[in-house]
Amino acid sequence: MTLPTTPVPPAPGAVTPTIVLVGHGMAGQRFLEALAERGTTRRARVVVLCEEPRPAYDRVRLTSYFSGTTPDGLALADEQFLSRHGIELHLGDPAAAVDLERRTVTSRSGRTLAYDALVMATGSFPFVPPVPGRDSAGCFVYRTIEDVLAIEEYAGNSCRTGAVVGGGLLGLEAAGALRGLGLDTRVVEFSDRLMALQVDAGGGRVLRRTVEQTGLRVHTGVAAERIVADERGAVKSMALSDGSRVETDLVVFSAGVRPRDRLARECGLSVGERGGITVDARCRTSDPHVFAIGECARAADGNVYGLVAPGYEMAECAADAVAERFAGNGPSARDGAPRTFGGADTSTKLKLLGVGVASFGDAHGTAEGSMDVVYSDSRAGVYKKLVVAPDGTLLGGVLVGDAEEYGTLRSLTGSVPPVPPESLILPAGADGPGKGLGPAALPDGTIVCNCHHVDKGAVRAAVSDLGCTDVAAVKKCTKAGTGCGSCLKVLGQVVDAELEVNGVPVDSGLCGCFAHTRAELYEIVRTLRLTTFGALLDTHGREEARQGDGCEVCKPAVASVIASLAPAIGAEGHVLDGEQAALQDTNDHFLANLQRNGSYSVVPRVPGGEITPEKLITVGEVARDYGLYTKITGGQRIDMFGARVDQLPGIWARLVEAGFESGHAYGKALRTVKSCVGSTWCRYGVLDSVRMAVELELRYRGLRAPHKLKSAVSGCARECAEAMSKDFGVIATASGWNLYVGGNGGATPRHADLLAQDLSDGDLVRLTDRFLMFYIRTADRLERTSAWLERIEGGLDHVRDVVVHDSLGLCDELEALMAGHVANYQDEWAATLADPEKLARFVSFVNAPGVPDPSVQFVTEREQVKPDLTLLSGPDIPVRTTDAALEGTAAR
Amino acid sequence: MTQTAPCDTPPAEAAPSPGARPPRSGTAAQGSTPARPSARTGPADSVAHLVEVYDGAGWAAVCRLDVLVPGRGVAALLPCGTQAAVFRDRAGHVHVIGNRDPFTGAYVLSRGLIGSAGGMPFVSSPLLKHRFDLRTGRCLDDPETSVPVFRSRTR
Repeated sequence: MTLPTTPVPPAPGAVTPTIVLVGHGMAGQRFLEALAERGTTRRARVVVLCEEPRPAYDRVRLTSYFSGTTPDGLALADEQFLSRHGIELHLGDPAAAVDLERRTVTSRSGRTLAYDALVMATGSFPFVPPVPGRDSAGCFVYRTIEDVLAIEEYAGNSCRTGAVVGGGLLGLEAAGALRGLGLDTRVVEFSDRLMALQVDAGGGRVLRRTVEQTGLRVHTGVAAERIVADERGAVKSMALSDGSRVETDLVVFSAGVRPRDRLARECGLSVGERGGITVDARCRTSDPHVFAIGECARAADGNVYGLVAPGYEMAECAADAVAERFAGNGPSARDGAPRTFGGADTSTKLKLLGVGVASFGDAHGTAEGSMDVVYSDSRAGVYKKLVVAPDGTLLGGVLVGDAEEYGTLRSLTGSVPPVPPESLILPAGADGPGKGLGPAALPDGTIVCNCHHVDKGAVRAAVSDLGCTDVAAVKKCTKAGTGCGSCLKVLGQVVDAELEVNGVPVDSGLCGCFAHTRAELYEIVRTLRLTTFGALLDTHGREEARQGDGCEVCKPAVASVIASLAPAIGAEGHVLDGEQAALQDTNDHFLANLQRNGSYSVVPRVPGGEITPEKLITVGEVARDYGLYTKITGGQRIDMFGARVDQLPGIWARLVEAGFESGHAYGKALRTVKSCVGSTWCRYGVLDSVRMAVELELRYRGLRAPHKLKSAVSGCARECAEAMSKDFGVIATASGWNLYVGGNGGATPRHADLLAQDLSDGDLVRLTDRFLMFYIRTADRLERTSAWLERIEGGLDHVRDVVVHDSLGLCDELEALMAGHVANYQDEWAATLADPEKLARFVSFVNAPGVPDPSVQFVTEREQVKPDLTLLSGPDIPVRTTDAALEGTAAR
Repeated sequence: MTQTAPCDTPPAEAAPSPGARPPRSGTAAQGSTPARPSARTGPADSVAHLVEVYDGAGWAAVCRLDVLVPGRGVAALLPCGTQAAVFRDRAGHVHVIGNRDPFTGAYVLSRGLIGSAGGMPFVSSPLLKHRFDLRTGRCLDDPETSVPVFRSRTR
């Protein structure tokens, strides 16, 4: 199969050179992107031979297939990338032979290509130990999407148990996948601990306990000796080296990988003793026209790297070398010296089965005279070890269970930290994590961005000498932070610190009380598990604001942060619980919307706008009995106006009894999920939009956010529900749901952007979970999704990377946060009615609870009441045109 | 420097109906609808922690101190018929100002959020967000405008 291509314009007066790439994996794709960046794809014909039946995908995230990511969702390049750059891709047609002499490569299907440059990116293959019976049906490896699909299909064949041979990183991933398929799963590891390469014995113990708590069974210090098959040749059990035998219906081998260098060996390229195509620092092999990158290459330092970051770096080096060769007379491909690859930092941070694991530098303390500083709390599943040289230099470390400080610690590796090492790993509360570890403490030579090898001095110079005033400019200027992105936090701190040194005001603080942004406060509350505003203000407020009362800006903002994190940090769940009651704007405080005369309006939830006649009658009766003005809202609900504070409990007692819940019209929270009538009734509808709208509204009801959230679901492309103007909108198509985000009506309308399409019900909900939680986590106060999407670095693409492709490894956590919200949801009004203490606040006067507020009076207009403003005896009510003025108005 | 706001002018044309005013004594009003749980109209033995407000004619008990949520306010109906907004800050100080928001005429200041800036306590009106100094009643956004301040004590 060949993807459509566009012809390459030949270079004037020259024969177009041909570059052949063998292998379209992650390193291969990065090489193509790097070539395109350098303009080489315009000057040369680029042909790719790929063994797998699909274009490059994110192998690192293979396991996310089992949590709902589709194979397409793992794709690394957008559909147009190849055609845009005129790259020919031949899928399912691997290179079979190379003739170095004649400079040709022949594919399995017999295609012969003459090349000017050949790049090998054949990757590696899983090592399957020579265990008898390993060819039985039900034995798999875990490397490609095809492997994953095969495992899934076989497991669906009435398998109940599974075993993974190998307890390394990939083995645990595979075990998590089997568990996700519902198999009772065990892991068999030959060495004495899990992830032996990355963690030490202590970390291994903590990791094992945590992994076992997730329901996996772990055997260490034993080998698989024999796979036993039944009469049909299918796996039945496995004999272990300790003499035991475990029943299993399926076996996955994940005992390491080996470089795929057969093609190179056969054509006569030099390979290392223990495998891997030998290359120099510019990724050139023993043949001047052949390059090798990624896991098939043995780098200049003699190592074969099985990690993606070194693969990417090699791809860039090879692209430099190849581009240089075909630069012609045009502008040089790239400024500066060509990139070289001498070796890589194998530091890793990942989330395995929900456990944060990181190792960096000399994790095992192999350096002469090195010493350990260890913090271990097996009860909490946390293990942290730092390896320190006699002179105090931080050499490396291992983090299990809490890898938050990875970025800072890795930056400090190789230097003497400015604070005692133990304070770097003590938990929050003791001395605070990383206390005294401001970016100013880092020496200039500290590498901030490992992907692009940018040190702190270069970042400082970009700010001070080149005039960069924000992270975006520094990224452009130095490339720092444009790789994996894991250094962005530290980078931001360094940039701000330098700006501060230069006297550039960078007060992005939330208000006069906090120098932090809302997103930063969110992280502080989340990681330190602060459950009160007071604790946050007194520890993280501006010096002059500590012990004070906060203000009307930060109190509701922090209340919202605490509310949206409540299940995760163990805060009280109700917005009127404890101290939280003092933080809420009046609307939240009385769970109703304040109107201009001091009365309130009431909006019960009507999920999806679907309401029974009985409920309609109840609303009518309540409004009639309390003399309320009623109006249909734009969000398919009914708003009842003119209730006094002391009437709210009585009104809600009747509404709750009739089955209504709070509609959160008063909160910075999900409002309504509007819907059209959908395929049930509509002759055009393709999917049941009402059902989906109700489902989404019930899922996200009560979710506190930086601003209100609106949504809609349309049952077909006619878009009657106006989903494109919502924070998240859903439109049905014949092949599934399309999810749009960042839409807005109001004063600055914005059409929503397509985030993902053709989604199943499950995928739609999962993506929406992630999107909303990522927004809640990173948005500013009162920043709607539309403004957030415009502001956030990288825009929609970045958000898509994070929530669809899990580029930050956050998705599990985002989903868990949402699961916590869903599980802990309670109707705020029902809970209030059941709590005499909360209820007691609903009086007009504290000292005269039975007396109604005499200033709240009404007159009649068009057969309904309206506020009698003449009673308020003040000057004309001024109209302030700020956003703040809008907050007190009715829910729109 | 707390100034006293005497209750010599009726607060609003909409005077409460006769009999609705709370008595001048320290005991709480027994309204006509006592159904609501009344933690705030505490028993006589909590007199020691009673918040009282001076309305120009005398001291009127408003509520028990522990009824005031730190950082939040309540409205009180003074014997002369005027409405007061009673706040307690985090440090435990009680502040009392008029409940009427002069910009809108609505009796809502007690429902605003309080805060502090440079040690100065303030309340932000829930309607149009004007800030008022709780010690002087001065509007921070418009020095021409102010609200009355009442003396208070806790016994």
